[in-house]
Amino acid sequence: MKVDIILSGVGGQGILSIAAIIGEAALKEGLYMKQAEVHGMSQRGGDVQSNLRLSDQPVASDLIPTGQADLIISLEPMESLRYLPYLKKEGWLVTNARPFVNIPDYPDMETIHAELDRLPKKVVLDVEAIAKEAGSVRAANIVMLGAATPFLGIAYSKIENGIRHIFGRKGEEVVDMNLKALRKGYDVAQRLQ
Amino acid sequence: MGKHLFLGDEAIAQAAIDAGLSGVYAYPGTPSTEITEYIQASAIAKERNIHSKWSANEKTAMEAALGMSYAGKRALCCMKHVGLNVAADCFMNIAMSGIHGGMLIVTADDPSMHSSQNEQDNRVLGNFAMIPVLEPSNQQEAYDMVYDGFECSERLGYPILLRITTRMAHSRAGVIRRPMKEQKTMSFPEDGRQRFILLPALARQRFKALLAAQDLFLQESESSAYNTYFDAPDKGLGIITTGIAFNYLSENYPDGFAYPVLKIGQYPLPVKQVERLVNACKEILVLEEGFPVVEEQLRGFPGKGLTIHGRLDGTLPRDGELTPDNVGKALGKSVTGYYTVPGVVRQRPPALCQGCGHRDVYDALNEVLLEYKEARVFSDIGCYTLGALPPFRAIDSCIDMGASITMAKGAADAGLFPSVAVIGDSTFTHSGMTGLLDCVNEEANVTIIISDNETTAMTGGQDSAGTGRIEAICAGIGVAPEHLRTMTPLKKNMEEMKRIIREEIEYKGVSVLIPRRECIQTLTRKKKASRK
Repeated sequence: MKVDIILSGVGGQGILSIAAIIGEAALKEGLYMKQAEVHGMSQRGGDVQSNLRLSDQPVASDLIPTGQADLIISLEPMESLRYLPYLKKEGWLVTNARPFVNIPDYPDMETIHAELDRLPKKVVLDVEAIAKEAGSVRAANIVMLGAATPFLGIAYSKIENGIRHIFGRKGEEVVDMNLKALRKGYDVAQRLQ
Repeated sequence: MGKHLFLGDEAIAQAAIDAGLSGVYAYPGTPSTEITEYIQASAIAKERNIHSKWSANEKTAMEAALGMSYAGKRALCCMKHVGLNVAADCFMNIAMSGIHGGMLIVTADDPSMHSSQNEQDNRVLGNFAMIPVLEPSNQQEAYDMVYDGFECSERLGYPILLRITTRMAHSRAGVIRRPMKEQKTMSFPEDGRQRFILLPALARQRFKALLAAQDLFLQESESSAYNTYFDAPDKGLGIITTGIAFNYLSENYPDGFAYPVLKIGQYPLPVKQVERLVNACKEILVLEEGFPVVEEQLRGFPGKGLTIHGRLDGTLPRDGELTPDNVGKALGKSVTGYYTVPGVVRQRPPALCQGCGHRDVYDALNEVLLEYKEARVFSDIGCYTLGALPPFRAIDSCIDMGASITMAKGAADAGLFPSVAVIGDSTFTHSGMTGLLDCVNEEANVTIIISDNETTAMTGGQDSAGTGRIEAICAGIGVAPEHLRTMTPLKKNMEEMKRIIREEIEYKGVSVLIPRRECIQTLTRKKKASRK
């Protein structure tokens, strides 16, 4: 088992929480993992990414080589395209449909959708809208995690346990809301595939 | 014990705690900040009364760490690579005095400059000071090097420099902890005055001692488990890796190395192992994250007709981080048939947060300075450096911590008017105060804006050393009270801010303006915490 994942988004969107939950679940599964993050200046509204590598064998490089990622998980549609050179030709791209516009020259959404349409395997969903249905817009990143779960190589129930572990100290209500968001994302993605 | 998912920084912090640490001393700086933050948040560190408060700058941090070591306890001192420049005066001279309680200095270098103004490789400074340097290739090694490093430092009598880079500092992996050791009790060096009073006559003795210790450091290095030789049948090439470069090499040889490999994690350069490699292979490839430090040393090696590839001959780029891709390319492997970045993708640079007080400061300053053709704004290191980018384009320089005030002074000395400095509160107390004293002593015609958000914001909101006392500090340095003015940077105060800035630019002498409003990131976090 070996899954290489690029997580992307805009500073502050919460890609690192997604990485933390997957990481926690992977470690519990006895998998090897490495996860490279970028902290600091780029977190101020710039583009951010994290390389997450899971395997049943020791992982060498913290960075994923070009063309080797099995999956891109992105909280922002334009940001999902930035890391395409890392994606395998047959890899999956799971992205939020809703743009985060904080630059003056943000491209026309039609051109972004045209690029996404060219990819053979993708799931594009509005995670904020789904999160709202689930009861909290703040759980948008967990909806995204739910949508990406089928591609992680880790059982859905283990990801649920990861959420229980990470959010446990915030109380049952927060855990339940996030589990609901995870399920919503998972269900919507199942329908879209 | 099970595996813990640790950032490299966290592995270092936990290892130091487990090794019986008594104090960490540091100033925040990416990518080193999380080491100290981890210790600050650790319950066991609190229980053990481990010192972990931020220092005013890296030099005060290192000196305090040395004091703790002098008193026999184990001390850790952490900084980003450029922080070691600030602490260099102390650093070079600890190599003369040596230490008493174990002392580790962590330098977190930032090749590719993710969050820095240069990509200096501090292994060079380790060589310069002539002390042992450790460079881990993974998080477990980082843990083990720190765990064992204090004892090694005590055995050798010298501090050890641990060099990590961004991808080690900010990458997570599973780490196995080792049993927790007792902290040291207070004790003093027997030969303390002979070692710690660096008067010339004594310093000469100390330098001879440091020179004599080099053989010992080399023996340590040659017998170190972190310097490993992997043999392989094909001697057409020999490969040397340092630190995390080993991982990129391994990535390219998932089924075992094709050529002999020397993996280096401890310096000085292990001569025996290097000799073994250069005697076996006529062609050597050096893979190192940062400057061609080993590559340059190898060029002076007594190898007959050795051909050396690396960053100096163009096999690898001279600048920037190593990647599995550029290492693969150096090994003759190429990647083809991957997707390209679509043309619609735009740059998304970092920006000042919406609602940030620095925004209002730059809006007001920009408007006033439209009235002055020659105005220049010397800025500094912090969030407000983002004032360089659109829509503000408000600053003309950002060189090093504190350089805004002193550059403004020098330019004013040269005749520039208005000569404006913009510096943050934490950077001011780090390295701006002494420059302000220069300005006051010479009555320089400068306008200094200390944009005070009451935190060290860029690195994530750590305590700022002078919070609540910035005016008192400026007044104490000698700024005239009538030219020491505060304001609240808000849209509604725009006219008042512009008036004050204009008045103080027109004053021919030192003015200090302090726009003060709490960082909205720390404010939001506080509000969230109080709601719980």
